[in-house]
Amino acid sequence: MADRTGEPLSRRALLAGSALSVGGAIGGAAAVAAVAARESGGGAPAVPSSTVDYGGQMVPFHGRHQAGIATPAQAHAAFVALDLAAGVDRAALRRLMLLLSDDAARLTQGRAPLADGQPELAQVPARLTVTFGFGPRLFDVAGLVEQRPATLQQLPEFPIDRLQQRWCGGDLLLQICADDPLTVAHAQRMLVKDSRSFAAVRWVQRGFRRSRGMQDDGVTQRNVLGQLDGTGNPVPGSAVFDGAVWISTTDSGPQWLHGGTTVVLRRIRAELESWDAADTAGKEFAVGRRLTDGAPLTGRHEQDLPDFAAKNALGLPVISEFSHVARAHVTGDRQRIFRRPYNYDDPPGPDGTADTGLVFAAYQRDVGGQFLPIQRNLAEADLLNEWVTPIGSAVFAVPPGCEAGGWIGEGLLG
Amino acid sequence: MSLRNHGPLAAAGMVLVLALTTACGAGEPAAGTAAGTAGGTAGGTAAAGTPAAGPSQPAALVVRDPWVKTAKSGMSAAYGTVQNTTGKDVVVVSATSAVSAMIELHETTTVDGKMAMRPKAGGFVIPAGGTHEFKPGGDHFMLMDVTTEVKAGDQVAFTLTLQDGGTVRFTALGKDFAGGNETYMPGMG
Repeated sequence: MADRTGEPLSRRALLAGSALSVGGAIGGAAAVAAVAARESGGGAPAVPSSTVDYGGQMVPFHGRHQAGIATPAQAHAAFVALDLAAGVDRAALRRLMLLLSDDAARLTQGRAPLADGQPELAQVPARLTVTFGFGPRLFDVAGLVEQRPATLQQLPEFPIDRLQQRWCGGDLLLQICADDPLTVAHAQRMLVKDSRSFAAVRWVQRGFRRSRGMQDDGVTQRNVLGQLDGTGNPVPGSAVFDGAVWISTTDSGPQWLHGGTTVVLRRIRAELESWDAADTAGKEFAVGRRLTDGAPLTGRHEQDLPDFAAKNALGLPVISEFSHVARAHVTGDRQRIFRRPYNYDDPPGPDGTADTGLVFAAYQRDVGGQFLPIQRNLAEADLLNEWVTPIGSAVFAVPPGCEAGGWIGEGLLG
Repeated sequence: MSLRNHGPLAAAGMVLVLALTTACGAGEPAAGTAAGTAGGTAGGTAAAGTPAAGPSQPAALVVRDPWVKTAKSGMSAAYGTVQNTTGKDVVVVSATSAVSAMIELHETTTVDGKMAMRPKAGGFVIPAGGTHEFKPGGDHFMLMDVTTEVKAGDQVAFTLTLQDGGTVRFTALGKDFAGGNETYMPGMG
């Protein structure tokens, strides 16, 4: 399942108007045209119009897998963790997931949910996806402990961690991604509003990447450290991706999760003050890749495979065995994880100290068999650890998708 | 037959429900198929209106996107868009549901400069081939006495009775909603 992006809608014309294009031949868009004319001084357009209707693009909600994982990462994200209220049981969870699935099915297709106070905001889906995840405690609440994947538990605290409880845990994850922040805000409002009778908001983590259209689609994103982040990911739709991410009949876990996956969400603070104090060679040595293009220190292009055996003139490894790329390396495709990170950038402190980093989302069939070994390797001896600090951590099982007429989690809660 | 057994996410296809207990004229378009983008399962099932003997009085109403405001007791309201798929006007004269001892058909109007609602005399005429929207601040099905709590996410069955005696059933999704609080003015009809 590669790009599930749908066709642009016919709103193209209207959007062209709002982008201050000349396009005057738009029925019913007189007001927009007037605004465009005023803002452009009535002459040439102030801004060249885009040829792509990013706002109108849609990603199907229904399918074997939930959208928002294999979907090429949208520009904006909100990860919302909810705590289920006392008294919520399996029947209540059923009602909740039915409600939220209905909201998501409509919102992602550019339609207002039922009882939407701001239905106009639903008209720009901007590749919106809503992905649901079930935290470890949800299974206790539902009385379905035996259906919980064996390794679905909060990660142990690693020596490098400085976890803050306000970024940890959660019973239900709403991962809301779209190429437009107002679309994300509206979807979040609607989903949180419909969750209120069942749950409290535990935390919200907002993230962003480069805006859609700023670079070619598919370009590896840069994080706030300036690094290309995501190089070497399994390619969505490939056999490697499927084998690493989607739980199937070949896995020993609970059957209801076939077609699903798990997600580990880590909030990783970037220590920009000390990172700025390091020189380029030191930064590149810590990671094992060049900052300019992400190529391994032993290669010429971003996608070149690192050569961990290569030695320099002094006989030392070109890529340090303690570099991030070496420590995170796994040999088996089934052991790989799929990273879909977003940046966060909160206001700096009064003295200007940055509060910025990654909302790091990693997807894999099995937290214990894939994510944990890598994380142990990194925690043990990754040169990059000096400049990154995990401050939040949460794990969720991601149920499979549903077809029209169904709802997310039906295989577990139905 | 009713769609109550189907998840409201038939909603995904926008049509939650419909069912006809009166004759579905053989020559009439099946109601479900008129559902446009309805999910295949929902539309398909709904289309299987039960042909019945008796006067040929097609009563094909489709209720799109029905929902009901949650309430522990007292008053509440149900909303949705009712589409008439036939070539004749159809009049909805009453509505019932197991969750409320009494349901009135209400219209919202302005009285002394304020929004107020009152029973709609004679029921609602759904024009031939047209739609009628029931929404907060507008016409609605008023639950006068909620006896079974309507919770968020509940699927609540309703039955509309038509002037010709036919009925149309639909299932509304319980949703928390802050609005729809027009002042009730009984006896204004």
